[in-house]
Amino acid sequence: MKKIHVSTRVNGDEADFVCAPDETLLDALRDRLGLTGAKEGCGTGDCGACSVTLNGRLVCSCLVLAAEAEGAEIGTVEGIADGDKLHVLQQSFLDHAALQCGICTPGILVASKALLEKHPEPTDEEVRYWLAGNLCRCTGYDKIIRAVQDAAQKLRSA
Amino acid sequence: MAFDEQKKRDFKVVGTRPVRPDGIDKVTGRAMYGADLSAPGMLVARVLRSPHAHARIVRIDTSKAEKIPGVKAVVTSADLGRPADEALRDTQDNCLAHDKVLYDGHPVAAVAATSAQAAKAALAAIEVTYEKLPHVTDVDAAMKADAPVVLEGRAYEEVPEGWSQNVTNHCEFGHGDLEDGFAKADLIVERSFKTEATHQGYIEPHACLASVGPDGRGELWCCTQGQYMVRETCAGILEMDASQLKVTPSEIGGGFGGKTTVFIEPVALALSRKAGRPVKLVMTRDEVFRASGPTIQSSTDVKIGMTRDGRITAAEATLRYSGGCYPNSTCMMGAQAAFAPYDLEAVKTVGWNALTNRPKEISYRAPGAPTAIYAVESVIDEMCQELGLDPIDVRLQNAADKGTKSSYGVTFQDIGLKAALEAAKAHPHYSAPLGPNQGRGLSCGFWFNFGGNSSVTLSVNTDGTVSVTEGNPDIGGSRASISMIAAEELGIPYERVRTLVADTASIGHSDTTDGSRVTFMVGLATIRAAREATQKMCARAAKIWGIEPDAVEWVDGAAQPAGPNAGKFPPMSLAEIAATSLKTGGPIAGHCESTADGAGVSFGVHLCDIEVDPETGFTKVLRYTVFQDAGKAIHPDYVEGQMQGGAAQGIGWALNEEYIYGEDGRLQNAGFLDYRIPVASDLPPIDTVIVEVPNPGHPYGVRGVGETSIVPPLAALSNAVSRAARVRLRELPMSPPKILKAMMAKG
Amino acid sequence: MRYAIPKTAAEAASLLMEEAARVLAGGTDLLVQMKSGVRSPEVIVDIKHLPGLRDISREGGGFRIGAAVSGAEMQEDAELVAAWPGVVEGVNLIGSTQIQGRATMAGNLCNGSPAADGVPAQIAAQAVARIAGPEGERDCPVAEIPTGPGKTSLGRGEFIASILLPARPDRSGDAYLRFIPRTEMDIAVAGAAVNLVLAEDGTVKEARVALGAVAPTAILVEEAGAALVGSKLEEPALAALVRACEAACKPIDDKRGTAEFRTHVAGVLAKRAARIAYDRAGGRA
Repeated sequence: MKKIHVSTRVNGDEADFVCAPDETLLDALRDRLGLTGAKEGCGTGDCGACSVTLNGRLVCSCLVLAAEAEGAEIGTVEGIADGDKLHVLQQSFLDHAALQCGICTPGILVASKALLEKHPEPTDEEVRYWLAGNLCRCTGYDKIIRAVQDAAQKLRSA
Repeated sequence: MAFDEQKKRDFKVVGTRPVRPDGIDKVTGRAMYGADLSAPGMLVARVLRSPHAHARIVRIDTSKAEKIPGVKAVVTSADLGRPADEALRDTQDNCLAHDKVLYDGHPVAAVAATSAQAAKAALAAIEVTYEKLPHVTDVDAAMKADAPVVLEGRAYEEVPEGWSQNVTNHCEFGHGDLEDGFAKADLIVERSFKTEATHQGYIEPHACLASVGPDGRGELWCCTQGQYMVRETCAGILEMDASQLKVTPSEIGGGFGGKTTVFIEPVALALSRKAGRPVKLVMTRDEVFRASGPTIQSSTDVKIGMTRDGRITAAEATLRYSGGCYPNSTCMMGAQAAFAPYDLEAVKTVGWNALTNRPKEISYRAPGAPTAIYAVESVIDEMCQELGLDPIDVRLQNAADKGTKSSYGVTFQDIGLKAALEAAKAHPHYSAPLGPNQGRGLSCGFWFNFGGNSSVTLSVNTDGTVSVTEGNPDIGGSRASISMIAAEELGIPYERVRTLVADTASIGHSDTTDGSRVTFMVGLATIRAAREATQKMCARAAKIWGIEPDAVEWVDGAAQPAGPNAGKFPPMSLAEIAATSLKTGGPIAGHCESTADGAGVSFGVHLCDIEVDPETGFTKVLRYTVFQDAGKAIHPDYVEGQMQGGAAQGIGWALNEEYIYGEDGRLQNAGFLDYRIPVASDLPPIDTVIVEVPNPGHPYGVRGVGETSIVPPLAALSNAVSRAARVRLRELPMSPPKILKAMMAKG
Repeated sequence: MRYAIPKTAAEAASLLMEEAARVLAGGTDLLVQMKSGVRSPEVIVDIKHLPGLRDISREGGGFRIGAAVSGAEMQEDAELVAAWPGVVEGVNLIGSTQIQGRATMAGNLCNGSPAADGVPAQIAAQAVARIAGPEGERDCPVAEIPTGPGKTSLGRGEFIASILLPARPDRSGDAYLRFIPRTEMDIAVAGAAVNLVLAEDGTVKEARVALGAVAPTAILVEEAGAALVGSKLEEPALAALVRACEAACKPIDDKRGTAEFRTHVAGVLAKRAARIAYDRAGGRA
């Protein structure tokens, strides 16, 4: 199987890798670029642990071919904080204890950030439906919803 | 021991809500989970699995696979020995089938190759000849005399006449005169219930990185609830000395009991040993569902007698559980837990286990209890409806309390069931109005909680900070709790303490993180280690001051003379003692390697409101409140998190989660698409009320909180459905087709 | 295996003539099928870079939706949502927010699932697919594309380039509802789309009802539409609608639902969707 060279941008930085044609963006991020923040919980788009943004659009990186990233802008959990300064959402998740095991947290943060960029003032129901594709088995979602809403409020008043 | 004596105290750190120490790593993507580590020269492994529910392995030919370019090792059970220990042999056979495959997804071979593509090609090239055998996947069918026998020679010694050799385990508990008790009853209700198996559904699939050198020494990185369990089991299977295998637990992406055994670790080690290179093995989600450990499937009969004013006069339950294809004693925990919430004069529970062609059951949060208590709490609720009694009043009237001889023989010490019931009764939720097609359900829950063995080393660093090293993987924030306990005990700020979970070579044995034992037991060990350290620090101060060590006491983070006769010295802080420690006698550390009973049982009460769509049978959960005794909540956020998470899992169990087997014995829903765990939009906010009835077995009063919360939702939801839809289902899950069918049958 | 990015429709058609070639648009079905081994394509033809395939354009008062337009992009087009709310909500019910970022209406159609949420409302809308292929372009009603589970009427080398949703007359409205055991993330157990046009007095002038997940393909139920014509959705008309829907169902029993349940729920959903569509068309019952 002939490999493909891909030039892309990840979290604002140029990134190049070589991948197999059937390789997913998730595998390329994790195995080629060493960005293991996105997780594989299912590999079939059902759990959202691999959520990233692709040209600003929230997607499951397990359902994107790595080759499709050519010329694209990818955003991952590793790019949410600004250097050593946490994003409001990250701090809110810590303050509200919105994680237990933390495996779903990267995907939920990426998804929540995409939500608040599009809908700065969501209702609880809108948050819950937006995050319906991000499975969390530990928390029952209660503290996650509170953390997102608190962050939304802080971002609006910032 | 005197150190553990409980006295009323004002906590400074315990009960606050600091940010967890591993938090930043987990919100930035830096935290390293099972699949996140790689090694130079690493190979990728894949597992070949049985497509049959039950078959004899006639022949496995791996020769073609071995010749595929990039393939470095292929292993089958022939590459492993036969351990003498039966339980270890079952675990090994579950990792690589010996002789027979016992369920759809049972591993038969594994390969390690330089690429995933080569490994996949190798799997396709392995030739396995199977002789298909008849299978059985239902517990009731498996107990019948003519059922296909899953494993020969494993039957319980006294299987009743006319039952199958699949029956492997039996237990009985209880006391009192049942006949007399039922004679006193005004109402006797006898019902049968059935529940399907569910899965823990952790989001992180099992993953490991194994490396065994030509010298026979091994290293293993894996996501597990117990690195020592992994080491002992793998060393046993691979016939290594435990000392030669170092197991490092990664961050763990959920376990809920499902990571208390091994599935892939011995296989990865065997491949690495054969290939001479590091091997990474990660399960797919499909493999997790088909071949890790779901819960038992259950079939239960319950008979309860009650007076017309709500006093239970006699209670009896028979539990038939199937823990899958190997003998299993979870029925014992179910039989013990069934009537634990009640103070009964006459009670009897009987448990049976039968083998089926399903994967080996592994613990899932309060294993055995949810299905048993579901049946009991459903019957009690039906009796309340029949007699027109308030469900909380009836439970309060019969509730176990301090001094109650439990149905499984233990006499309870201080327990919080009545307090939780009172809290539920007083809560606005219990009296809130309901709309049409809505109903409110209630259930009690119980879990034993465990103590067990753990090791803690607490080192006082020369800069006045403290390092706590412990051996129990943190599955829900325990590093925060342990740091808080150390800070509390030493009288220093939380930020000065860092708790690390160590590998098997860095600290002594610690039992697996299970049984809701970590905050209790590791917390207890931390208190003991801290007290050993403070004693040493007092001794140092005494030495500096030139007074007797027992004339010094530790108060508010400092050594000070104990009373006016000891001498007049200003208090010497931990930081001051630590700074000079290397010149006053050497490094200071406290240790505790110990075992403890006294974990203190845990009770909870759940209230839920639901609405059933009368045209579709769809159930929407409208409101949910959890009341639970935590003894003493160390970090209330994470106590609430356990209460909420267990409730959500129980709601899934009640409504939609189930293992669906086809006629061919193959699992039909091995993915998150059709194994339906609750998503964010399925659930309402889950309110929590922490009740604190101190556990006399712990210096702070702590009891485990991790498991009880999954127990009540099954009956709470069913009881709510019975009121909203006016039909009582006796089968889980209560998926919409079942509810609609029951409603339509009723008309 | 190869991954190809054709620049013209002709190039795409020529690639698709090769053995085991598959179209990649949103990839939300294809990648899952590749992972499970159901499909092992030799050539993956990424059509997203073909001219016009990512555009929603206005045509004759209607909307031409490129085959690579995602559900999220459809939802962001306010005029499209106002004209065809039922079609858009059907597409938006496919999977999660993440899936919406990629999944396309055309892909949902070509995947050939009987339970596809994006399809019944298209059929009720009389949508027309523009098919590109080795012989150039041709138009085909969407209803004629799926032929059975996983199967379509597309010939070798053909792919859908766009789908046309026609212009809306005054007083028209559509709706799609599906039943799943959870609130999100499931495959439809049954689905119903209703597209109505009302007369000035609020009686139903035209009605098209399509059902999903109750037969080997999504189906148009003409009798169900006829049941509504001339009514203001009074109870007898709705009862006739339900009976017609139930009579048209030929579902299977499977892990997602029994035939009996699917049949019953299809009728319930059709009735509920009819009320929503009627309301959207400006009718008052």
